Amino acid sequence: MSILVIAEHDNAELKGATLNTVAAAKAIGGDVHVLVAGAGCGPVGEAAAKIDGASKVLVADNAAYEHQLAENVAKLVADLGKDYSHILAPATTTGKNMLPRAAALLDVQPISDIIGVEGADTFKRPIYAGNVIATVQSSDAIKVITVRTTAFDAVAAEGGSAAVESVSIADDAGISTFVGEELAVSDRPELTAARVVISGGRGMQNGENFEMLYKLADKLGAAVGASRAAVDAGFVPNDMQVGQTGKIVAPDLYIAVGISGAIQHLAGMKDSKVIVAINKDEEAPIFSVADYGLVADLFDAIPELETKL
Amino acid sequence: MKVLVAVKRVVDYNVKVRPKADGSDVDTANVKMSINPFCEIAVEEAVRLKEKGVVSEIVAVSMGPKQCQEQIRTALALGADRGILVETDADLQPLAVAKCLKAIVDKEEPQLVIMGKQSIDGDNNQTGQMLGALTGLGQGTFASEVTVEGESVKVTREVDGGLQTVELKLPAIVTTDLRLNEPRYASLPNIMKAKKKPLDTTNPEELGVDITPRTKTLKVEPPAERQAGVKVADVAELVEKLKNEAKVI
Repeated sequence: MSILVIAEHDNAELKGATLNTVAAAKAIGGDVHVLVAGAGCGPVGEAAAKIDGASKVLVADNAAYEHQLAENVAKLVADLGKDYSHILAPATTTGKNMLPRAAALLDVQPISDIIGVEGADTFKRPIYAGNVIATVQSSDAIKVITVRTTAFDAVAAEGGSAAVESVSIADDAGISTFVGEELAVSDRPELTAARVVISGGRGMQNGENFEMLYKLADKLGAAVGASRAAVDAGFVPNDMQVGQTGKIVAPDLYIAVGISGAIQHLAGMKDSKVIVAINKDEEAPIFSVADYGLVADLFDAIPELETKL
Repeated sequence: MKVLVAVKRVVDYNVKVRPKADGSDVDTANVKMSINPFCEIAVEEAVRLKEKGVVSEIVAVSMGPKQCQEQIRTALALGADRGILVETDADLQPLAVAKCLKAIVDKEEPQLVIMGKQSIDGDNNQTGQMLGALTGLGQGTFASEVTVEGESVKVTREVDGGLQTVELKLPAIVTTDLRLNEPRYASLPNIMKAKKKPLDTTNPEELGVDITPRTKTLKVEPPAERQAGVKVADVAELVEKLKNEAKVI
């Protein structure tokens, strides 16, 4: 039984989500191969070879894979994937975009966002915004799976010595092209990997007030997130959104500031180890999941919290 | 050009669902049902493209039990021109839905298929991508902006680090993110008019699609409950607890 893990990367760096996905592959059990598809992605291939638990790294280095367009990469994954029992990718936007396409090419029903491995064909996954956990069993010959990275502890990035093999397949479907991207720049840790996350909601009132959260975050080495209300109101960019339709986080400490705690937001953060809620409405649903709740005006509490740390 | 919009009937997003006591399924008896929020955004986008003169006809399609007619009627009231119901009481998984949609795409030959990025019940986020694979068309998933330019469509996508723009040859498939638009409400006159719009019914057998489920749900259960927390009196107590009790800072 061999498992193919699709690496998450930006052609220069291997992303942490890959390590959590390899952890899920190890939980299934079997030989773990890692596929790095990109252009000029040699350094990523070398980094992947050091992952603890990877026995082989396949590198598909071609201009067609530079921006990991689903139309091109899914074809590659389906071609290579025929020889594997499982194909896994992290449930990032890249993985979610590409993997179902590869699954359909293989005529397989994929399983999204698994949070637990019960057996080689049986997995746990949340449905209904995390309000229900389903245990599902696949009857397909190849299991195609995306992995919720916060549910699996990352394997070590060092210590492995996998053989690197280059893949000669290079198909450009010719139906899609990359035009450009606008990436948010931040010195703070990445939201999905941060140990501490501070999120602001509608209660922040405007974008400028998020400065308070940034200052507090810098003191704690935290990442800053937001509720959908804060994103829709234009306070912050949408890649900061935590929730069912945004990012799923599970940090050691999650501080929700001015967030009421709608079902959709809770879906993105309720597996955090410790949750703190700061809200002036003591009836806010967020208090029902918070370990520590402070009923106070955030404009008094946040500056005070910052000085006391 | 013609647009196909896929809509799904789901438990309303405000309802907190619970597993049945025997753990066999989610309890959806007597629960309010609605059109999936992402599908509503797909309908709205199609209607806006029609208002801009880019689109000439909007076909709304749904699959599932007879009651899915209600969601098709909603789409018609919002501005779709006609509906297609693929009627079945079977458990439909995304692969089966994508195959049914492929059969309809082959028949209707739309230039654009717009659908939600995920349904809020299954949370799969798969169907649009799978339809892309089956039809061989390009996919613009998690779209927050869609611009049709001649023979292609530019789609701005919400990705983990920010935004990415791709250009797809038409025909193409677009899946909607929440920020694509703000759906309108259906007015009463439009709801009345929608009752007269054509709605065809077919089924997976007629479409020649095998919908046999590939996965089986063994059980459903509620997630682990969080312990009830405490309220602290002030910031000083909060800091003290985080340092000494939770030991997270």
